[in-house]
Amino acid sequence: MKLSAEIAQASSGKDILLMTHIVLGYPSFETNKKVIAQMVANGVDLIEMQIPFSEPMADGPVIIKANQDSLLDGTRLADCLNFARQMTETHAIPFLFMTYYNILFKYGIEAFCQRAVEAGIQGFIVPDLPPEEGADYLKYARQYDLAPIQIFAPTSTPERMRFLAEAAGGFIYCVARRGVTGTQTTFNEEFNNYIAQCRASTDMPLAVGFGISNRDDVQALIGKADIAVIGSETIRLVDRQGAAAVGPFIAGLR
Amino acid sequence: MKNLNGYYGQWGGAFIPEVLHETFRQLKDFYSKARKDPAFWQEYTDLMATYSCRPTPLTAADNLSRHFGGARIFIKREDLNHTGAHKANNVMGQGLLVKRMGKGRVIAETGAGQHGVATATMAAKFGFKCTIYMGEEDVMRQRPNVFWMEKLGAEVIPVTTGSKTLKDAINAAFRDWVTNMDNTHYCLGTACGPHPFPEMVTWFQSIIGLEAREQIERQFGRPPARVYACVGGGSNAMGVFQGFLDLPEVELVGVEAGGEGLASGRHAARLASRDGSPGVAQGYKTMFLQDDDGQMRTTHSVAAGLDYVGVSPILTDLWEQGRVRFASATDREVMAALELTMTNEGIIPALESSHAFVQAFKEAGDMSPDEAVIINMSGRGDKDIFTIANAFKDPSWQQFIINKGKEYEAER
Repeated sequence: MKLSAEIAQASSGKDILLMTHIVLGYPSFETNKKVIAQMVANGVDLIEMQIPFSEPMADGPVIIKANQDSLLDGTRLADCLNFARQMTETHAIPFLFMTYYNILFKYGIEAFCQRAVEAGIQGFIVPDLPPEEGADYLKYARQYDLAPIQIFAPTSTPERMRFLAEAAGGFIYCVARRGVTGTQTTFNEEFNNYIAQCRASTDMPLAVGFGISNRDDVQALIGKADIAVIGSETIRLVDRQGAAAVGPFIAGLR
Repeated sequence: MKNLNGYYGQWGGAFIPEVLHETFRQLKDFYSKARKDPAFWQEYTDLMATYSCRPTPLTAADNLSRHFGGARIFIKREDLNHTGAHKANNVMGQGLLVKRMGKGRVIAETGAGQHGVATATMAAKFGFKCTIYMGEEDVMRQRPNVFWMEKLGAEVIPVTTGSKTLKDAINAAFRDWVTNMDNTHYCLGTACGPHPFPEMVTWFQSIIGLEAREQIERQFGRPPARVYACVGGGSNAMGVFQGFLDLPEVELVGVEAGGEGLASGRHAARLASRDGSPGVAQGYKTMFLQDDDGQMRTTHSVAAGLDYVGVSPILTDLWEQGRVRFASATDREVMAALELTMTNEGIIPALESSHAFVQAFKEAGDMSPDEAVIINMSGRGDKDIFTIANAFKDPSWQQFIINKGKEYEAER
C-alpha cells in the first residue's frame, strides 16, 4: 500500500512522525492553504483534512465549531475535493481525508474513492464506521489503494484490536483516552499499558491522537508511538494568532 | 422483523465510534437477557401499573365520531401515563435495565422536553444522577419542562451547536457518553440511533399496542380498520403499531410534521415528502432530510417533538414494505384538529399527537360506522400551555404573560 511505504520512508532518521489536522474551509480555504504550507515547511509528515459534516458526533467543541462555521460559509464537497487536489499537487507529503460516513455514503462509496484517488488522497479516517458496517468501504478502499485507517480506543479489548487491525491499512489511529477531541490527555501508567496492548495487537505503525497539544506531549510519545497527531490545537492557534503562528509552533514540537 | 446486527431490511445498523464498542456490547448483552427473562417484563408492567397509570384507557370519542359521521373513533390515552406522555414507558424500562447494569448515572437528549422530564422522573425514583441535553432553541421554547427537570434534580445543559435542536442534543449526549460510559447509561428517547436502541425502545413501547389490541377487541368487538400515530423519531407509533402488525387488514398510518407545507421545504416529513433520502447519521441508517452532500437540513414543525431529521429505521422498513402508510399534517391543520378535539371531547392532545388526529379526521368521514379507527394520543397538551397558547396567538394569554413579566421586573 502506498501510504505504508511513504510512512516507512518518512520514519527513517526520525524519533516520531507528526500528523496534523485541518478542517476544510475553516476559517477559509485560503487560510487552510497557508496553514498547510507552514505545516509542510516545518516538517509535518502527514496531514488529515477533515471534510466538514453537520453531525460531527465524535468531535469536541473546537472541531465542532470549525465544522459548523465551514458549512455556514458554504463549503461543499466539490470544493474539498478540488482543494485536496491542489494540496497534493503542491506538497509531497501524504494527505488523508477524515470525515463521517454519510459523506461517502451519500456520494456513493466507489465514486467517492475514485474522486479521492484523483485528488491524490492516500487514505481515510472515518470514525463512525466500524469494520462490521464497512464491507463496501473496505473493499473499494483496497481496490483504489486508499488506506482504510482503523481506530483503537482504550476500551478496545485485545481481541477487538486484532479484529480492527485485520481491516486496517496504513497505520492505526490510537485514541489516547475516552471522550472527544480537544481536551488534555495524561500519559500515565494506564496509558502506557494501553499503548503496549495496541503494539501487541498489530505490526502497523501507531498514531496517537486526542489531546496532544505541545512539545512535552510529543516527547512523551517518543518510543511509544510512531506518529503524534496534533488536532484541535492548531485550529485554536489559527483562531487566536493566525496562520503565521503555525510554523513556529510545529517547529517547536520535535 | 429484523435480522442480525439490528438491520430492518436495509435500514438500521450501528455506526458507532470504536470507543463505544464495548459499551454497546454490554448493553446488547443486558438487553437480550432482560428480553428473555419473563420476570423482567413482569417487573416492568407492575411498575407501570403502580407508578404510572397503566393500562391507559382507550376512549371512545363518540362526539368526534358523530361529527365526522363515519368510522368510530377511539383514542389511546398515553396522555394519562405518568409525566403526561408515552415517553415514560421507554424510560422506566431503560431505568430497570440500568439498575441491572449497575450504573449510577443516566443522560438523555430531549426535544420538546417530554423525554427529559420522563428521564429526570425516572432518575429521581431510582436514585440515579441525571443530565439532560436540550437544544438551546428548545430550552427557549419549552421553559416549563426545563423548570420541572431541574426541580426533579436533573442538570439541564443547553446545546449551542448546530441547529440547537433535537439532533444536536443527541450528538451532545453521545459526546458525554464516550467520556463517561463506565458509570453512565444513555437513555435514548426514541426508536432511532444505533442498534439495539430502535428495537429496545420499540419493545418497551409495545405495551401501548398490546393494551390497545385487547381494549379495542373488548370495546368494539374486533380490531380497528386503521391506526394513526404521529411520527417524530417514531417511538409512540412503533409502540401502538406493535399491537396490530400481525393483522394485515389493519392499516397503519404514520403522520409526520408537514410544518408550513411540504412544498415550502419547511417541514420534518422524511417519508411522506419526496425530500428524504437514504443516509447514515447519529449511528444508524435511515431516510434523512439532507442535502446532496449529505449535510443534514434544518427541519421545521410547530411541535418540537416531531422536529427531527431522521426516523426510526424500523418504520422506514415498514414504509418500504408498504406496511405503514405515511402522511403529513401542517402546523395550521394541527391547530384546527387540536381545537376540535378539545371542544368536542374535552381532551387536550399535545401538538405532536394532534398530527395523528389531523389524518384520522381527514379519513374518518369516508369510512363506515362498522369500522373503528384508533388514534394514539401520545401525550397531553395542557402542560405545554406556553407553546399551545402561543400557537393559538391567544390575546388574553399574551396580556397575562406581559403583566406577569412586568410583575417580575418590578420585583427585581
